[in-house]
Amino acid sequence: MTTTTRIERHHYDVVVIGAGGAGLRAAIEARLAGKKTAIISKSLFGKAHTVMAEGGAAAAMGNVNSRDNWQVHFRDTMRGGKFLNNFRMAELHAKESPQRIWELETYGALFDRTKDGKISQRNFGGHEYPRLAHVGDRTGLELIRTLQQKIVSLQQEDHREFGSYDARIKVFSETTITELLLDGDRVAGAFGYYRESGEFILFEAPAVVLATGGVGRSYKVTSNSWEYTGDGHALALRAGATLINMEFLQFHPTGMVWPPSVKGILVTESVRGDGGVLKNSDGKRFMFDYVPDVFRKQYAETEEEADRWYTDPDNNRRPPELLPRDEVARAINSEVKAGRGSPAGGVFLDIASRRSADEIRRRLPSMYHQFKELADVDITAEPMEVGPTCHYVMGGVEVDPDSGAAFGHVRGLFAAGEVSGGMHGSNRLGGNSLSDLLVFGKRAGGHAASYADGLAARPKVAVDAVEAAVETALAPLQRDTGENPYTLQQDLQAVMGDLVGIIRREGELADALVRLAELRERVAKVSAAGGRRYNPGWHLALDLRNMLVVSECTAKAALERQESRGGHTREDYPAMEPKWRQVNLVCSLEGDHVRLTRKPLPKMRPELIGLFDRAELGKYLTDEELADFDALVADAGEADNR
Amino acid sequence: MSAKRQFRIWRGDETGGDLQDYLVEVNEGEVVLDVIHRLQATDAPDLACRWNCKAGKCGSCSMEINGKPRLGCMTRMSTFGDEETVTVTPLRTFPIIRDLVTDVSFNYEKARETPAFAPPADVAPGDYRMQQVDVERSQEFRKCIECFLCQNVCHVIRDHEENKQAFSGPRYFIRAAELDMHPLDARTDRKEYAQAEQGLGFCNITKCCTEVCPEHIKITDNGIIPMKERVVDRRYDPLVWLGSKIFRRGETPQTSVTTARQGSATSSGATRRGVHSHAGGSHDPRAEAQAQSGVNWDREVPHPTAPAVDDRGRLPLTELTFDRAAAPSPFGDDVTFPLPPEHLNFAHPEQDDKH
Repeated sequence: MTTTTRIERHHYDVVVIGAGGAGLRAAIEARLAGKKTAIISKSLFGKAHTVMAEGGAAAAMGNVNSRDNWQVHFRDTMRGGKFLNNFRMAELHAKESPQRIWELETYGALFDRTKDGKISQRNFGGHEYPRLAHVGDRTGLELIRTLQQKIVSLQQEDHREFGSYDARIKVFSETTITELLLDGDRVAGAFGYYRESGEFILFEAPAVVLATGGVGRSYKVTSNSWEYTGDGHALALRAGATLINMEFLQFHPTGMVWPPSVKGILVTESVRGDGGVLKNSDGKRFMFDYVPDVFRKQYAETEEEADRWYTDPDNNRRPPELLPRDEVARAINSEVKAGRGSPAGGVFLDIASRRSADEIRRRLPSMYHQFKELADVDITAEPMEVGPTCHYVMGGVEVDPDSGAAFGHVRGLFAAGEVSGGMHGSNRLGGNSLSDLLVFGKRAGGHAASYADGLAARPKVAVDAVEAAVETALAPLQRDTGENPYTLQQDLQAVMGDLVGIIRREGELADALVRLAELRERVAKVSAAGGRRYNPGWHLALDLRNMLVVSECTAKAALERQESRGGHTREDYPAMEPKWRQVNLVCSLEGDHVRLTRKPLPKMRPELIGLFDRAELGKYLTDEELADFDALVADAGEADNR
Repeated sequence: MSAKRQFRIWRGDETGGDLQDYLVEVNEGEVVLDVIHRLQATDAPDLACRWNCKAGKCGSCSMEINGKPRLGCMTRMSTFGDEETVTVTPLRTFPIIRDLVTDVSFNYEKARETPAFAPPADVAPGDYRMQQVDVERSQEFRKCIECFLCQNVCHVIRDHEENKQAFSGPRYFIRAAELDMHPLDARTDRKEYAQAEQGLGFCNITKCCTEVCPEHIKITDNGIIPMKERVVDRRYDPLVWLGSKIFRRGETPQTSVTTARQGSATSSGATRRGVHSHAGGSHDPRAEAQAQSGVNWDREVPHPTAPAVDDRGRLPLTELTFDRAAAPSPFGDDVTFPLPPEHLNFAHPEQDDKH
């Protein structure tokens, strides 16, 4: 009892866990709805992983090509996700992202412009028209800074009105949440610690928005920062929510593989959009050999046609380097396995021989600057060595598409951004994540606010739950016999990287599950040296348990799904299987153990499925679904004739 | 290709600490942050150090490496000699939390005090039209990754803790400059605000901030100097002054930005720190003595002051009562030109620093 009464307590209406794009947008919305809002940031304010996004934010504004509209964007998104997307989320995303981007301008964002002064839009893999609003290649930084400054401006309003900047919206920087606290099936609060002091902190709040990002730190080669330990995924599971699509991880096709100072750092797809090509060790531009049938119509067959596309996209087909990410990643993997890779186990990405040094520096300033400074590599003079890098998790908390409210048996829990699942299906298109953050961040924040309004009584935090959370958090510090958390993390990364990586096999996945079970025993006994003040070893020891449970979800779901689709490639089941398109794999927690169930995908509304070509649908749908579609078209035709 | 290298890392907290020696493996192509991570995984699991992206994009791993403010992730090991000991210490300007982690909340407080973007009232979202050439000026400053190295190295705060109250630092001068140059920002007093509230006048353009900026933002040349120049333009341009007299416009622009901290600027102008920034016109003996001894960038530069105004916020004279038939000298009547060189706040860029 003495330990829990001394804990710092705060009362809020909405607590947003995560201070990246989705978290900040959700917090802005909750504050605009008049709710007292807390933002929990694992790092300093404004350092979130969103800053790493380079390419841009996809929104069908039609500024560069007026033929673009939400229907085309919706189609591209569904196609990219191999039709496994939650159609309603893809629809909302395509419809609302232009407004969300324009809104950023009213917060002070400065996007690159077209000649007539509108927001410029660039080409990107999988998008039919130039669609990505961008700021050079630092769009993510612009987005996070803009939202950060909008929050400051709201705090300034509150300061004028109430005399305190923190009156209605407060940022708790360098604070980690370890546990969500429940009152029955309702969220009652969140428990965590200040990283700086190691002191505990308790938030009492009826509504919590998860916006914690992804899970990449469980992989050896990853572009993700230390924060990406799947905290939100694990918090949701433990609170009784469910995760979907956890088998789908996006491996960015072009992460640097050499030198080590930049290993895992992404080379933006705009390098390819601006003329960069992939070559193997024989100097061959190999992507022409890897155009899958479903895309054959849209992609060039000769180098000549592909090269013409950069200047005349209306009359030529796209270069195959701009295929969706999973296709490019798979192609690189095949080349490396066939012995045609670079010395460090990647392939060559060459823009130096195709564009002038001046042009490269102008179009890709931070890319140039980054490699020059970090690794002394001059991208205007030599090709880069690139390979697949763990980048993004499509899977996440299963949510209601409109409100972001988590499914499962918990109320008051919302999720937005990378931590939520469904929007991107089996594969995310580049540029869709930044707009996803804004669209669903706003929705989750707004719905969390109205949920808090609708409650008759505030849920109560139970004392024994807090005591248990304190005990769990302190346990690694009190043990001195367990293993070093860094060793455990390396072992976990090895299991996931080697056995649940980009190309998967049944035997390896089964093996991974055995090893993860062993790791679970070891992680339960982890010990951290040192005290509570800013002790990264202790922090990692606490994060490990989240990484482990999320890794188990991924491995289990990957073993279950016997097909290859998007971010999930099974060597033993190389084809896409229409039957599997109708199924989402749902993870939940039963005691300590991950339980996997199958759930049918929601059926697309007629006017949405009507946007597609029958020939295209033929590649994804089962025969019964196609018969339904034909009936639908026939009905519509009759209606037209009447 | 790996070798053992000597590292000295500051370990401790706000109560004190010291440099500790580590012998650590270093591989080809690594940066200082890689080595710190290796230490955490081996000899020093509780070594505190901030980092996020390890790609020079988030500005978290600011530290002082061999005394130079750097990002750990952007400092290649190949830049040191094979036998060179690498000394890593926390940022000196900010209070220590633990090891390499400092309390940078000063910067977030200053960020909150800087007025936010003011959207134009009559332009709907989606109707913003700007030319690329116009947004590029502000975009340069928006490249800032908030590593706070410029704040750390700025001697106005690095050596003078007491200045923290009145001085926002280079990061927030470029924020003000960015908004000032924003094609659609509705506020027109950014420069005056920077002068009156952010302490722009303290900056004596030593360019230390520009030198350490990992994003290579020309903080001084493109941000601070244009802000200073235009503040001077407005405050001392005789035509502007005369125009404001005749058309009764622009009543002492610095009065439009006040904070509780300084009370009413209309009255404070006359009473606040009566030292003029032009050394020639100053009667502060210390400033005079400093000026006599030549250019010394470490000296405390006197505070700039607003002209003495009456309670209506006007200069205490009118065209009728003034003793001359033309505009007064914008530099004050007691200054004659040319100024004696030792009174100038100027150092030739190529001249050797004597101090």
